[in-house]
Amino acid sequence: MAEAAAAAVRAGRRVRHVCSGTRRCFSRAGGGAGLLAAERGREPESRASSFCPPAHSCNDWIGPPDSQSNLRPIVFHIPKNESPLGRRLREFRQETQVWNQQFWASQNVSFRKGKEEFIYSRLKAKGLEMKGETGQKVTLSAEEMADFYKDFLSKNFKKHMCYNREWYKRNFTITFLMGQVAFERAWRRLGWKKTKVGN
Amino acid sequence: MSAARRCGPPRALTGLFVWHLPKPAVRQMPCKFMHCCGVVNKRWITFQHLNFLKRMYVTQYNKDLSQQAKPKSDPVAPPFLEKKHLGQEKTVIREIRPVSPLHPPSSETLNRNEFKAVNSAAVVEDLATAVGAESKEEKQWKEMKLQLDDLPGILARLSKIKLTALVVSTASAGFAMAPVPFDLTCFLLTSIGTGLASCAANSINQFFEVPFDSNMNRTKNRPLVRGQISPLLAVSFAASCAVPGIALLTLGVNPLTGALGAFNIFLYTCCYTPMKRMSIINTWVGAVVGAIPPIMGWTAATGSLDAGALLLGGILYSWQFPHFNALSWGLREDYSRGGYCMMSVTHPAMCRRVALRHCLALIGLSTVAPILDVTTWNFPLISLPINLYISYLGFRFYRDADRSSSRKLFFCSLWHLPMLLLLMLTCKKSLLEKEDKSELFS
Repeated sequence: MAEAAAAAVRAGRRVRHVCSGTRRCFSRAGGGAGLLAAERGREPESRASSFCPPAHSCNDWIGPPDSQSNLRPIVFHIPKNESPLGRRLREFRQETQVWNQQFWASQNVSFRKGKEEFIYSRLKAKGLEMKGETGQKVTLSAEEMADFYKDFLSKNFKKHMCYNREWYKRNFTITFLMGQVAFERAWRRLGWKKTKVGN
Repeated sequence: MSAARRCGPPRALTGLFVWHLPKPAVRQMPCKFMHCCGVVNKRWITFQHLNFLKRMYVTQYNKDLSQQAKPKSDPVAPPFLEKKHLGQEKTVIREIRPVSPLHPPSSETLNRNEFKAVNSAAVVEDLATAVGAESKEEKQWKEMKLQLDDLPGILARLSKIKLTALVVSTASAGFAMAPVPFDLTCFLLTSIGTGLASCAANSINQFFEVPFDSNMNRTKNRPLVRGQISPLLAVSFAASCAVPGIALLTLGVNPLTGALGAFNIFLYTCCYTPMKRMSIINTWVGAVVGAIPPIMGWTAATGSLDAGALLLGGILYSWQFPHFNALSWGLREDYSRGGYCMMSVTHPAMCRRVALRHCLALIGLSTVAPILDVTTWNFPLISLPINLYISYLGFRFYRDADRSSSRKLFFCSLWHLPMLLLLMLTCKKSLLEKEDKSELFS
């Protein structure tokens, strides 16, 4: 048992060593480029900061859905010969990811809170407790919740309108930049091939 | 548990642990626990030790739950539960797997050595579970590398292949119902063209809706949400389906069908998709989107927009309402949270009324079919049973307004449409009959 614990600790240390070695290669979605692995302890709320992709990987990594926002965080790979355009794309994607995360986390949290308060007030009006006799949490049926759903939707309508507009703009920008970067890479590769053939 | 009542600090500390729900708490736990062990009173340590492990399991349980993206199962302890008396957490613990075998706290007989053994075993277990949980989370991280083997499956899901198949079959029904001799080449070109147009439209729809799809149970496993394909590739795929599809329809069939196909893609991607989050009118726009494919099939065969085409379109249009309104009834929570403007959330009574109204309209449209020479008079008669049945379910949905009636109506709509189209095909007015009639009158 003690050996297992020691092995686990060693494994943990090994992961951290890899991270410090590749700190230039991956950027976190903690907002801003080049967030070092050493700083990951400072951002507990960003799940992306606790994960470190293997050193040999040249791709982005996508994680499980966040518990609050349900969005999957991405850890972006920084290629060695990243062009200014590529850097702009990566930073914009990181910024969009953070922005999205903030919006949906707050949206979902406020929904859950509002739902709980609604259930509480309705149950109180009925004279019931939050937990029934069996210890199970008492819930309202979908029909009873309908008033809350309608209310929540109308309260957040303006917020969603702003979000939608911004999201569409960002989505188009990211895709357009991706296209430009892909074109740039293809052009570069073509250029190298031409020089090789020339030599 | 008399020790608990005697000592103030344990309760306060355990209270502290309750608030430490995020994951760093799991790593901090062993350290805090080691600190606790430094306290002198053996009896107090014993109780604290057990209580601490209780917290450990509660946190673990919550952490596991919190990994799931399902909004229905409440992962985070809701604000109201936290205010409740701590004693209630005992009931939560009973539901979790039993605590690992420890010597029961007969504190008088427990000597120091035994306690130390139990202590180190618990520490190792805590560390192992902490590392285990972390590696389990790490395993869930996937490299965003496109696997060519998976590409067909990914593209099938991106283009909503099952829905596309349904759309193509409605277009084929429109083609088959047209009062012209059946042309196989034209039929195949129409089917392929419509299929490609539908793939393109569905891909663009998914491209627009990534963060919204992530937050809804029904759609959270889509390829773009899971990062299996990049947005650029999705758009490229959509373009590479739309261009050949519309070109095939315009050049291989006729320009009218091509124009209808292009218009439908535009309507679905640029009108319906954004409108879903702006106004409930999106449902009517979506119904038109569903009605256009059979019209396309008809115009592909005849080359013109006849009354028969509009009738078929009308039947599909009316069918959309019981189908979609019943489906949306069960998704109200997700729609509300995600910001979708749907009748079922904003105007529930209207939602049910419209569904019923259109179920009855289907009976009316089936009766109009022979009048327009699309089918014989057998059709309204033999389609009456299924039309009455769906109307009955529509009425039940209207009256009861609950989940079971909405589900019944939705599932009925799934078999009702193919059945109706099949019956229509069997009752198609044959060309010979039409020629005889025209000769008689001439």
